[in-house]
Amino acid sequence: MSGPSSYVPKSDLEKWLDTRLPIVRFMNDTLVDFPTPKNLNYWYTFGGILAVCLASQIITGIILAMHYVPHIDMAFNSVERIMRDVNYGWLIRFMHSNGASMFFLAVYIHIFRGLYYGSYKAPREILWGLGVIIFLLMIITAFMGYVLPWGQMSLWGATVITNIVGAVPFIGDSIKTWLLGGFAVDNATLNRFFSLHYLLPFVIAGVVVLHIWALHVPGNNNPTGVEVQDVKKETLPFHPYYTIKDAFAICVFLLIFAGFVFFGPNTLGHPDNYIPANNQVTPSHIVPEWYLLPFYAILRAITFDILIIDAKFGGVIAMGGAILILFALPWLDSSKIKSMRYRPVARMWWFAFVLNFLMLAVCGAMPAEPPWTLISLICTVFYFAYFLVILPVLGVIEKPQTPPASIADSILQSHKKSAGVSAAAVPAE
Amino acid sequence: MKPTFARRFIAGILGLVSVVAFTSSAQAAGEVKHPREVNGSWEGPFGRFDRAQLQRGFQVYKEVCSGCHSMNLLHYRNLGDEHGPFYDPKYPNPNENPVIKAIAATYTVKAVDPDGNEEERPGLPADKFVAPFENRAQAAAANGGAVPPDMSVLLKARHLGGDYIYSLLTGYDQPVPKDKSIPEGKHYNPYMPGGVIAMGPPLVDEQVTYAETEANKGVKPTVDQMAHDVVAFLSWASEPHQTQRKITGFGVMAFLSLLTILLWFSYRQVWRNVEH
Repeated sequence: MSGPSSYVPKSDLEKWLDTRLPIVRFMNDTLVDFPTPKNLNYWYTFGGILAVCLASQIITGIILAMHYVPHIDMAFNSVERIMRDVNYGWLIRFMHSNGASMFFLAVYIHIFRGLYYGSYKAPREILWGLGVIIFLLMIITAFMGYVLPWGQMSLWGATVITNIVGAVPFIGDSIKTWLLGGFAVDNATLNRFFSLHYLLPFVIAGVVVLHIWALHVPGNNNPTGVEVQDVKKETLPFHPYYTIKDAFAICVFLLIFAGFVFFGPNTLGHPDNYIPANNQVTPSHIVPEWYLLPFYAILRAITFDILIIDAKFGGVIAMGGAILILFALPWLDSSKIKSMRYRPVARMWWFAFVLNFLMLAVCGAMPAEPPWTLISLICTVFYFAYFLVILPVLGVIEKPQTPPASIADSILQSHKKSAGVSAAAVPAE
Repeated sequence: MKPTFARRFIAGILGLVSVVAFTSSAQAAGEVKHPREVNGSWEGPFGRFDRAQLQRGFQVYKEVCSGCHSMNLLHYRNLGDEHGPFYDPKYPNPNENPVIKAIAATYTVKAVDPDGNEEERPGLPADKFVAPFENRAQAAAANGGAVPPDMSVLLKARHLGGDYIYSLLTGYDQPVPKDKSIPEGKHYNPYMPGGVIAMGPPLVDEQVTYAETEANKGVKPTVDQMAHDVVAFLSWASEPHQTQRKITGFGVMAFLSLLTILLWFSYRQVWRNVEH
């Protein structure tokens, strides 16, 4: 939360700098003294975890780019050369490939946490929208990155996904040819995907800066969804209270990450991507990486024409809409209360939405045949209904519980409760 | 959140996972036989390769598989890398290892001499594994139209790769189902997707003669043993640094665990006077 700066330059150099470029003041106000609600739980540590993920991906990615060759005749073997002949290349490469999965795992938890505690509501609409932009950029970046090893799934995944551009009526084919640099996914495509895969992470980093800026104006939301009223009583300086808590959470996360990198580095990948790309042989079953499966399921769920929109283009609209609808969420949810802690009915629907999303992931992994086509369609309808019907209507008809008057109140109450429990557990003397 | 919600939520996820596991296993059963487990010494975080087995596996590859299958990503020097089949701590640079030099020298490599003429010379440790065919067309022509896949990363390129290759190599003795017709020149193997494979049974008992060493005592070159040995070799070849990866992993996990514990106590210490 931005307020009067508490930074006092001490040395002469800091004083000199502060009147010219107050960068130390800026760092102090955003990373050290930034007032953060006292009652954030571990679901709020994923922002810090995501920053680590992005840094790890950029650093490992830059090193990989020093050894990788973006040419269809050499790409596959250059990745294997990194695995075999580059010093600790296997570590860098496995950190990067598994790091993508970890990044998405963390971002999904981060997003669902925002959905649960109503973090998208006023005054945080811009913060939420910037987050959706980051998520969208992450999907595009990850998709292009998966093409680079030039295995069978790289080539055929890219073919399937770029085909959806061709589904746009009238101009689709021309745009597709322009995007691919030819009539099929080939060397020109690999080259430009590599270029963009290198560029986009820095765009993400830029939007992350805006995301954090937009966070620091209204300040953090918190599990009660009640805004901070008394900065002194209800907040703590970010450092050392949240730096240490985030560091602990990051370390736990790194343990899971390291478990994958060192003991199951290919668990989350598809074996077919260790077969060099071959445009004469189509894999029996083309699937994207696990983190894109829910959206892949939505893409394939539309198997019928709707008026003048054919099934293929309908799928494209549904998939794009599934992400774009998140931008509108702050205005779709009509409830005055932010946190679902105090919205028992909405909370049930939130759990249903999470299960539905997982079910979509399952559908995405399954072949496009009955019963999966029907299940995909039902899940897709529910996905949109959650945003377009359930949240707008619930805010009007539900009877929410009364949230605490303030964060300080809620802390006091929870202490009374836990004190009551322990008093009951221990017999009176 | 109330515990009942958490409980219901977890139950729901478990239910979903079991549905997926059931349907995917049912699907697998319909298309292709689930492979037998190879149970290799190298599997799992604590698994390590048996050096003698890697050497036997290389022998099977050299004397049997390499007649049709290339391994383009391997060089003879790799055989002498740390944790590899012929590693010798006396020669940290495998190019100087006499065993590796001798292995490489048994091959003939095409090269260009200083005068620009094509020549054939004995192989060097730095040379790539010599491929059996000049190109894909030749490989296809010699094998009834089916190109034998390169075996460098074959194990990683198949679902349950080690189990799959082991089962495939030992799966030729299965009776052909009555409703299955096998085309001329093809073979039945229940572990191959579709059940029809171009490769004939590659192994017969006593096909290779294992060196009579202390480590090979009592090891008979049965089909099962040779298949097991060559799968060990292919597993090593698919990722030669995997042993180093696992060893490093334990160090990293130990370091991170300790750091996590210290950070937990630091966190408790910093927050000790805060009501939250």
